[in-house]
Amino acid sequence: MRAAETPFEKVTAKTFPKGPDALASGHRACQGCGEVLALRLILKALGTDVIAVSATGCMEVCTAPFPQSAWRMPWIHVAFENAAAVASGVESAVQTLRRKGRGPDRRIPVIAIAGDGGTADIGIQALSGALERGHEDFIYVCLDNEAYMNTGIQRSSETPFGANTTTSPSGLKSKGQSTWKKDMPAIAAAHGVPYVATATPAFHLDLMSKIRRAAAIHGPAYIHVYSSCPTGWRLKPELAVTIGKLAVNTRIFPLYEVLDGRYVLNRRVEKPVPVADYIRLQGRFKHLKDEDIAVIQDRVNQEYERVEKLAQAFPVEVAQAG
Amino acid sequence: MAAKPVGMEVSIAVSEAVMLCDADVVAAYPITPQTHIVEHLSELVADGKLDAAYIPVESEQSAMSSCIGSSAAGARTFTATSSQGLALMNEMLYRAPVLRTPVVMVIANRALSAPINIWNDHSDIMSVRDAGWVALFAENGQESLDMTILSFRIAEDPRVSLPLSLNIDGFTLSHFIEPILLPTREEVRAFLPPFRPIVKLDIADPISIGLLGTPESYTEARKATDDALTASKQVVSEAFAEFKKHFGREYRVVESYRAEDAETILVMMGSIAETAMTAVDEMRDRGEKVGIVRLRLWRPFPVEEFKAAVRHAKNLAVIDRHMVLGVPDGPVALEVKSFLYADEVRPNISNYVLGLGGRDVTRDDFWHITERAKQPGAGQRPRYELVGVME
Repeated sequence: MRAAETPFEKVTAKTFPKGPDALASGHRACQGCGEVLALRLILKALGTDVIAVSATGCMEVCTAPFPQSAWRMPWIHVAFENAAAVASGVESAVQTLRRKGRGPDRRIPVIAIAGDGGTADIGIQALSGALERGHEDFIYVCLDNEAYMNTGIQRSSETPFGANTTTSPSGLKSKGQSTWKKDMPAIAAAHGVPYVATATPAFHLDLMSKIRRAAAIHGPAYIHVYSSCPTGWRLKPELAVTIGKLAVNTRIFPLYEVLDGRYVLNRRVEKPVPVADYIRLQGRFKHLKDEDIAVIQDRVNQEYERVEKLAQAFPVEVAQAG
Repeated sequence: MAAKPVGMEVSIAVSEAVMLCDADVVAAYPITPQTHIVEHLSELVADGKLDAAYIPVESEQSAMSSCIGSSAAGARTFTATSSQGLALMNEMLYRAPVLRTPVVMVIANRALSAPINIWNDHSDIMSVRDAGWVALFAENGQESLDMTILSFRIAEDPRVSLPLSLNIDGFTLSHFIEPILLPTREEVRAFLPPFRPIVKLDIADPISIGLLGTPESYTEARKATDDALTASKQVVSEAFAEFKKHFGREYRVVESYRAEDAETILVMMGSIAETAMTAVDEMRDRGEKVGIVRLRLWRPFPVEEFKAAVRHAKNLAVIDRHMVLGVPDGPVALEVKSFLYADEVRPNISNYVLGLGGRDVTRDDFWHITERAKQPGAGQRPRYELVGVME
């Protein structure tokens, strides 16, 4: 069945999952962490009938210091760069044991969760292999907070242009990060997987529905989740949702899906908020001048247009909530 | 039991053993000289003879990562590698024992680069000897098949639940065609119980595996793993005894050949012992009191059994297939010397490094080593002798 036709249970205000969170409270994430907010919503959408695999990183460290664990489903962490490979092994084992009558006789999604470094840098090879191999019940979530926050805010290939990090510092001869974000959703889509999506916890129902769709689809799914970091971005903790909404409404982080290779723009931003409104809320950009922000604005316009045109070029009928 | 041995490449025999053990998941990346093992396994899966998932991963790092995930999910899991592949797995090799995932891995031993070299020595396994895996060395084809079956039984024993590496010399063993007795599926099933993991990623009973070890718990986690590895020696011996009952072939953690009355004992591991036995027979014919002690079990190091096997010898010639750069002893000699240090009566221990990067090990080498080991002051030499090096 094609991804676009695969029925799934959408999350709405009315159907919002009740009961305890699949990610328990009491973990040690920072106040106002957008990443743990995303993780909580993702796991709430999936419930506990899944197996979760974490890469090393903020979410692993803050949720699982021995002897405590916030994970209410079977969970494993092995290393930083290999969440996709560990999940491949878990998924293959679950499929095989089911076939051989030694495991539950139903689909059990295996979800791998990693940060932007664990995905776009050190983990990209393992991810590429897993996507290419076509694991049936495999969901990969990149929680992108745009730098190596767990080790102290070092730049990654997902750090945006102009951001000040501890290894892309602004200075007399530097405007901070000198490169543009690596386009991970496009890289994932280039593997020909049935499902790729972008999401943010600021649009929580959209995020949760996309996770549900990823679990329903047969074949690998990749979801890139914009996840704010108050510590690394020098952002007020109470702005986690505001900044996520701004990222979408400035067109910096468009919400879209790639179903069977076809782009669907989920949220058309007709009157974009100026990029400067997003940038001025964050200390990591405070050294940028108006002309620097103008450069970023140009790039954002171009990138949004590219996604918009991809969506227009090959329109697709998308299955709605089943 | 098949009545007659069949001629079979040792790599193929190993794969057949994995099939007879009904492995659930194989995750592997090709590297010479391991390739025939994984090629044949993928054929067995493709032909429906082995009902398993074959994950053709994109690197050895992902091979071991997938194996850990698969084993943690309750599947009987196998992989194979060599040399650089083992090196690329390094980080995960140290994690698998502490996560208590009983992955079985055959290593077709090959020299580590540089210079790049595809031929046999033991530098790959020796570079990860502290990782916490049970490690066995096979000498010949039959032993390779038997040890593969034994490997699953030992690794998966609930008292062990540790990963295990079975080392077979690349090319000089892996690619040889030898007469091999193939057991039947039923015979293997009667010997090898189903895999019942001590920890498992189970929806019905969710647990967390791989938590952060703080200063308050890291030491204890390491100790628990070391305790399990140390205790596994008993399980290995039990499994060998049980194997004899089922299949008639007898194995010990330390093997002796004409060593009971030997004044000079050659200590070694792996397939060179086949050549050494011929040399020992020749030397014995000339009245030389020489024998062989071969370590089949390398980790955990069978200290008591080893000491018992060499106690009476005047001279020990320890043969290493790996150099520890910057240290005057090979890895086997270093350990042997330390285990014997506290004993009141110690043999003269001299160390010989040879057979690196596939250089042939011949009968003459063992004649030479025996002569050198008997020389006065052999035990006081400041460093190993690099046998056959061109100066």
